[in-house]
Amino acid sequence: MLSYTLRRLAIAVPTLFIIVTAAFFLMRAAPGGPFDAEADLEPEVLANIRAAYELDLPPVEQYRNFLGRAFRGDFGPSLVYKDFSVTELIAIGLPVSITLGLAAKLLALLLGGLAGIVAALRQNTLVDHTVMAVAMTGIALPAFVTAPVLALIFGLWLQWLPVAGWNDGALANLVLPVVALALPQVAVIARLMRGGMLEVLRSNFVRTARSRGLRERTIVWRHVLPSAVVPLVGYLGPALAAVMTGSLVVEVIFNLPGVGRYFVQGALNRDYPLVMGIVIIYASFILLFNLLADLVYALLDPRVRKGLES
Amino acid sequence: MAALLECRGLDVRFSTDTGTVAAVSGLDFDLAPGECLGIVGESGSGKSQTFLAMFGLLAANGTATGSVKYRGTEILNAPRAVLDELRGNRLAMVFQDALSGLTPTMRVGEQLAEVLVRHQGLSRADARARAIEALEIVRLPDAARRYEAYPFELSGGMRQRVMIAMASLCRPEVLVADECTTALDVTVQAQVLRLLDGMKRKAGTAIVLITHDLGVVAGLCDRVLIMYGGRAVEIGPVRRIFREPAHPYTRALLRSMPSLGADPAVDLPVIPGQPPDLENLPPGCAFAPRCTERFAPCQAERPALQVAAADHRSACHLGRVQ
Repeated sequence: MLSYTLRRLAIAVPTLFIIVTAAFFLMRAAPGGPFDAEADLEPEVLANIRAAYELDLPPVEQYRNFLGRAFRGDFGPSLVYKDFSVTELIAIGLPVSITLGLAAKLLALLLGGLAGIVAALRQNTLVDHTVMAVAMTGIALPAFVTAPVLALIFGLWLQWLPVAGWNDGALANLVLPVVALALPQVAVIARLMRGGMLEVLRSNFVRTARSRGLRERTIVWRHVLPSAVVPLVGYLGPALAAVMTGSLVVEVIFNLPGVGRYFVQGALNRDYPLVMGIVIIYASFILLFNLLADLVYALLDPRVRKGLES
Repeated sequence: MAALLECRGLDVRFSTDTGTVAAVSGLDFDLAPGECLGIVGESGSGKSQTFLAMFGLLAANGTATGSVKYRGTEILNAPRAVLDELRGNRLAMVFQDALSGLTPTMRVGEQLAEVLVRHQGLSRADARARAIEALEIVRLPDAARRYEAYPFELSGGMRQRVMIAMASLCRPEVLVADECTTALDVTVQAQVLRLLDGMKRKAGTAIVLITHDLGVVAGLCDRVLIMYGGRAVEIGPVRRIFREPAHPYTRALLRSMPSLGADPAVDLPVIPGQPPDLENLPPGCAFAPRCTERFAPCQAERPALQVAAADHRSACHLGRVQ
């Protein structure tokens, strides 16, 4: 298992390198530049600014310099958020996005997982149909619809919770954005969980377990769930990594200083260093969480474990 | 002696997209304590579904009606709590496919131990010791180490022995073995059958042996129930039925048994035709379309089981005429 993990990490390094390289040149290939929005710059001034950020060098040379600095953890200065380095922007935004994202994933996993299990055990009953109908609605409603509605009801009308703001991550401020982020995922997770459960409930070993007079609780927890959560694990790996890029919509609506707005605005503004910094973080987490998902598979299924060891 | 199991008028139906499948119809039989009853029939003759229905293990689209009593208590469609006290405890079942029948993500030993924890309230340590003992009784080599194994790490024969050990943990009064030797090679088959025979002799367990292998029945069973198209066509002591089969289907089955020294290409007769369509059973005898001895009433009127001799009954119009 350890040697497998090390091997996967070793492969991750060249993969990350390829992703970063592709992202770097794609960004440069996109038309426009970081200072297009600055009105009426004298050509000499623009040339000076470009030279200051090394944008006058040939792309390959820029790339070489960028790699050299990135290796030392320096992603350079943001071209748009003057006075901030990319590392500083990420250090501000990432904790916010991770707090929101992980809390939302956890909530979605608890609610969705439970709903999926209950729906599967009561397949084709009113409970099942209700859960699935709610889940479909959850998937169909995007966060830019649910977030303002939540803010309206619980913030403005009932005044139970703050309408917006980060407030150093106070619990009351977290509730609405976390719920808004979690709702569509509750739906996805509930459907994955239900599907996995139904598949496993039909299998012969569940029939054998019933033929031994085991209690339904024992059967579900010990015999069914370890196999039934497999589709869910496959979904959660990349989904957890996506947390690192934040959520532009929810961050803007609730006015939260997350990393999502930097990613989107950085790309729109051609803020090359900012985009590269976030791409590196995101790609690293994607690779890491996919590895974690595979390790969880191995944890759940002894056959996979055996396969990894040999 | 009073019967352990009393099955009366058992019907099993499955609703499908195209109609209703009559898997078992009007089945009556008893199982006496300590006897070995063979259930023989082609695939789809209803042998497995009969016992799945008794154990409350039918697929979601299946329904069972009629009556099955265990020591006088109705168990057919009984509440889950009633069934769970009996299943794995007084009534045990061994399934055909031991690979898909064992939970792949659990150590085999734990799957045994949890039965003892459930039915006998043993501590985990005691359950473990007893489970290893049970694995030794079925002569699983290196039982203590195999306790920790996962199903995929065992051979087919070992898995089947694990299943038998599992079924025998609580010394059940009835053990239903559903085609439990079909997937095994002949020597392993013989070992597994010997295990079942041992349970019957030593623990007095009544064995129901579901099979399509008449040779197995001849070697092990006291009585045999022959099923065709979801109905009993003949039931009686093994010796008598092998010597004087009363039903043409039984006779055809016996003729199609391969024997030593015969050239199978020349001497192995088959029963011509197809098994009946359980969605559209004919009004008369289900076997009539394939029967070489059929005559006028066979297609029109379904024959009931009639006494052919003491303990021996057969469902054929020929018997009535003779």
